[in-house]
Amino acid sequence: MDYNFHWRPVLKALPELLEASLLTLQVAAISIVFGIVMGLGLSLIRLHMTGPVKWLASAWVELARNTPALFQLFFFGFGLGSFGLHLSPYMIVLLALSFNNAGYLAENFRGGFGAVPETQFRASRSLGMTAFQAYTRIVIPQVLRIVYLPITNQMVWAVLISSLGMLVGFRELSGETQFFASKTFRIFEYFAVTAVIYYVIVKLILGASRLLAVRLFRY
Amino acid sequence: MIEIRDLHKYFGALHVLKGINLDVEKGEVLSVIGASGSGKSTLLYCINALEMIQQGSVLVDGTDVHGKGTNVNTLRQNLGMVFQQWNSFPHLTVLENVALAPRIVRGLDKARAREIAEQQLVHVGLGGKLNNYPSALSGGQQQRLAIARALAMEPSYMLFDEATSALDPELVGEVLDTMRLLAEEGMTMICVTHEMGFAREVSDRVAFFHQGIMEEISPPEELFGAPKSEHLQKFLSKVK
Repeated sequence: MDYNFHWRPVLKALPELLEASLLTLQVAAISIVFGIVMGLGLSLIRLHMTGPVKWLASAWVELARNTPALFQLFFFGFGLGSFGLHLSPYMIVLLALSFNNAGYLAENFRGGFGAVPETQFRASRSLGMTAFQAYTRIVIPQVLRIVYLPITNQMVWAVLISSLGMLVGFRELSGETQFFASKTFRIFEYFAVTAVIYYVIVKLILGASRLLAVRLFRY
Repeated sequence: MIEIRDLHKYFGALHVLKGINLDVEKGEVLSVIGASGSGKSTLLYCINALEMIQQGSVLVDGTDVHGKGTNVNTLRQNLGMVFQQWNSFPHLTVLENVALAPRIVRGLDKARAREIAEQQLVHVGLGGKLNNYPSALSGGQQQRLAIARALAMEPSYMLFDEATSALDPELVGEVLDTMRLLAEEGMTMICVTHEMGFAREVSDRVAFFHQGIMEEISPPEELFGAPKSEHLQKFLSKVK
């Protein structure tokens, strides 16, 4: 093998790469917040409603879980684009990730709701709480604990699949790496360093999640 | 007072309560006994509207529990309930378990809610456990926590649904003692129970349910001493 490694250009681009990784982290984090809120809504709709609204929610979950994330991204990019709705690369990635997160988390929430005994709800109602109070004060906090690890996994997943964003022109970590790599043809070096950055980001998320769990769940 | 008139309850095709008529006076302690599936727990759920009814009526202090315009959330504040599975809220401390409903349902400020919660916890003998989580409590302690939680709403009535059935035998006593204490303080109580000793000692009247019918109701000496119904005689011979 007569390939000569050249790391200097990568090191010079490191500030840009780190800045791009903040963008990766940002879009993943916001999409997780959306994913949690929408996933919770989807699971509640599927548990408590009937008719067209339930079908729509089920279709969402089915599509999000059973089609490639890349296709979902293309739908929000080129798909909506062909209907004249042109979104910025940032919005395309944010919507696609949120759609995907919501679908996966909806199933986790469904399992979580199943794991909290029905009697917790009854006991809350017997104290005079409204159904809304019983859900927000008693049931959902317990569900959140049950789905905490799956949410962490989904956050990691969101960071990793946000790399697909470069295919719709989003200059997050992978997009930025691709940009520099193609300028210098140091493709291996750039992506090797970027892989390390992804690895570190994921480890940081897992560590932060563990610390947060200690604070959140004292019982 | 609680007035139950011709109460019918179905679960699908299953006729669980078949025309119950029952009055419970203020200050009275009524125990309800009978085999599993006789409808006695369902009766409690019909009194605080956790179950709907198909016929008849339940009045609590004159309010029609199942009436269209009735606010069940307001009504339930007056009807404390203790379940067989104590249902403590695992994510809240002992104090928060009790203080939550006074705050969000009765609308008391935080300090006042905590004060009431603390009083009730001391009342049931859990004053030393305020900042523990329920997972650190024994079954008997969790059931006393559930009693304190219901009492913190300052209800006029307490409904006990087999409050000791899920407890280890050595823990039954402490819960019964707490219930006895409430009875002595003049709380109006309806206790669905398998504890015949408790029913005999503490109750003003005992009702016997058999397959959805209240077959007999009388003071404990009479009901246990001279049971009239054949089913009751059989039931008592089995539980003794």
